[in-house]
Amino acid sequence: MIRTSALLAAILLLTGCASSSTWGWYVINPMTPSGWINVKFLINGMGNTILISLIAAVISIALGLIVALPALAERRWLRILNRIYVELIRSIPLLPMLFWVFYGLPIIFKSMGLNIPIEPFWGAIITLAISDSAFTAEIFRGGIQSIARGQTEAAQTVGLNYVQTMRYVIMPQAIRRILPPLANQFIYIVKMSAFASVIGMQELTRRANELVVTEYRPLEIYSLLILEYLVLVLIISAGVRWLERKMGSDERV
Amino acid sequence: MSQYAIEMIEVDKWFGDFQALKGINLTVAPGERVVICGPSGSGKSTVVRCINQLEHHEAGTIRVNGLNVGTEAGSTAAVRAEVGMVFQQFNLFPHLSVMQNLTLGPMKARGLSRTDAEARARKYLDRVRIPEQSDKRPGQLSGGQQQRVAIARSLCMEPKVLLFDEPTSALDPEMISEVLDVMVELAEDGMTMIVVTHEMGFARRVADKMVFMDAGEIVETGPPEQLFDRPHSQRCKKFLSQILQH
Repeated sequence: MIRTSALLAAILLLTGCASSSTWGWYVINPMTPSGWINVKFLINGMGNTILISLIAAVISIALGLIVALPALAERRWLRILNRIYVELIRSIPLLPMLFWVFYGLPIIFKSMGLNIPIEPFWGAIITLAISDSAFTAEIFRGGIQSIARGQTEAAQTVGLNYVQTMRYVIMPQAIRRILPPLANQFIYIVKMSAFASVIGMQELTRRANELVVTEYRPLEIYSLLILEYLVLVLIISAGVRWLERKMGSDERV
Repeated sequence: MSQYAIEMIEVDKWFGDFQALKGINLTVAPGERVVICGPSGSGKSTVVRCINQLEHHEAGTIRVNGLNVGTEAGSTAAVRAEVGMVFQQFNLFPHLSVMQNLTLGPMKARGLSRTDAEARARKYLDRVRIPEQSDKRPGQLSGGQQQRVAIARSLCMEPKVLLFDEPTSALDPEMISEVLDVMVELAEDGMTMIVVTHEMGFARRVADKMVFMDAGEIVETGPPEQLFDRPHSQRCKKFLSQILQH
């Protein structure tokens, strides 16, 4: 059985190789005029990918914090509210949610008598932000819960209210534990923003798809696409490392 | 205005099915020093934590300077403004300097200017005898120094009553006396204090009233001489013989 399937796989692999033509890296060779035009076309998607990811991340962080706080409340119904949001949102795959926001929301708005079109740009941002907020909420919850209860109690006994306790005592300590997983999540958003291509958003993946249709060189073009994401993610990683060092340097405990 | 700084009447407290406090009656007059002792799990920490509402009692009445705790709207904030607390684990803010630990409450909760708050902080750092450590982080100090900073932090809020929840239990033996010395001085200056502790030497020296608790109840109350030398209850006798025998 194993031998048969291995044989089958080998045949598929070999015929696959045999049927494909030779590499055609010329399509993205920046040394040739046509190749350079293609490369520029692909890289031009970078701006939108960065913009979508960044705005979505900011909203997701704000939303995540708002969603996380009820999870830390004493009242049961607040904790249940948090649970429902987190479990529901994080179980919806991104693609269906994207379709739902892009095609579904305008219909709902219309039934409410509102005429609000959802552009691909905002459709992508809303979807990424909401989808991601369930995860950032869990990151915030974990980070805040990792700070000993005595810190909250001490803050209360010196008269700080809830907001002040969070602002001056809990969050400054929690942020160092929150930052690394939050950066992880940001990288995830950058990659998931590729889904925005299916609703016509002109970002990196959409550009690649469009070029593939005219050039018929998917492997070469997607290779460059992968490289583009790699560069983006490496830049983010370096930025986060810098931030972590900066925050770590002024705390020795 | 009540004649008592603190008044607890028939206070009950439950943790789930476990009754931590059973009908606690306790009064503390202004300027009085009360020491609460008893075996672990007897509810002595819970008593002080109920007074400043870190725990909420289920039944009975707690009054701080005549103010009903936990029932009147906004009373918790008002009570905490009058009551300071020193914890077993110090609970200093590790990300702030000693000075910032002391000025945070006065500046954010009381609206003091930085200059005023720092002047006040220096006054109380002097009083707990560590004026030179104000720029350090808590993690750079010894346990005894940390606890003295924590006492200074409470004093910066200028409370009328100071609660101590086993303030020396987390300290190395050689550091206990430096903290107790500060507490004795506070007592001599007339601060109203409730101290949960196993330091019987301290209790004998400063307590006006000793409270012995066991299994969520106040078993015996009286001046230290009476509790130490002529305890009425068997439970109190047994407890004292256990902690005093070495």
